[in-house]
Amino acid sequence: MIPLSWYLLFSAALFSIGLFGVLSRRNAVAILLGVELMLNAINVNLVAFWRYGDIAVMAGQVFAIIVFAVAAAEVSVGLALVISVYRRRNTVIAEDLDLLKW
Amino acid sequence: MTTEQIIFLIVAGATLAAGLLVVTSRNLIHAALWLVATLFGVAILYTLLNAGFIAVVQVVVYIGAIAILFIFAVMLTRKDMRDSGPQHNKTWWLGALVSLLTFGGLFAVLGQWSGLAKTGAELPAGFDSVAALGEALTSANGYVLPFEVASVLLLAAMVGAVYLAFNKK
Repeated sequence: MIPLSWYLLFSAALFSIGLFGVLSRRNAVAILLGVELMLNAINVNLVAFWRYGDIAVMAGQVFAIIVFAVAAAEVSVGLALVISVYRRRNTVIAEDLDLLKW
Repeated sequence: MTTEQIIFLIVAGATLAAGLLVVTSRNLIHAALWLVATLFGVAILYTLLNAGFIAVVQVVVYIGAIAILFIFAVMLTRKDMRDSGPQHNKTWWLGALVSLLTFGGLFAVLGQWSGLAKTGAELPAGFDSVAALGEALTSANGYVLPFEVASVLLLAAMVGAVYLAFNKK
């Protein structure tokens, strides 16, 4: 049987990789790719805690399903925003979208 | 070391490598395809955790819908993708530092926790996690309210996405 710590360490590493993508990428679509990695890392944690805790309590899996739904909503709206911005400003580079920056 | 542990190590290593390629590859189409590989690795980990339904949902929703949506978005905004400039911003080292510190912090917190070496109990005989999940999602003293709220959220997101991406001309 796999110890719980392996899953938690894997999840922490995947979360950090996603965080690096969000902080360092210039392209807005690539930033959303990083967000997806972070959401997946969280889901691994939720399911691992369901499996290693009381297995009859389904809260972990239910929470993972809700995270799936929220991730789908976030990606569809986010990519629609990116496409809308691309149509108006002809760029998806996050640094160039500085209209609201003082 | 048991077979399960060897499978876990191989899958986790491949998944993390694919995740690194998602955030570092220059070509965004390649990054999106590496995201598919990462999501598939995570689906295998769900299977190792006896969460079969979550694994199937991961493949159908994440790989089948979200990753394909990413590939569409990359292709629709392709001009910027092929630019000769750098794919990472000037302060990428700061991002690397922050994410390394996050990993270090999580590692330190996990090291102090006593439940780490815990191994999961054997599944009770006749336990069906799909049936239990279905019951939890639809029973009135379970999670039916969050379930319905999630459907309203998806509807709102769909209307919003159509409105935002709709070409008025």
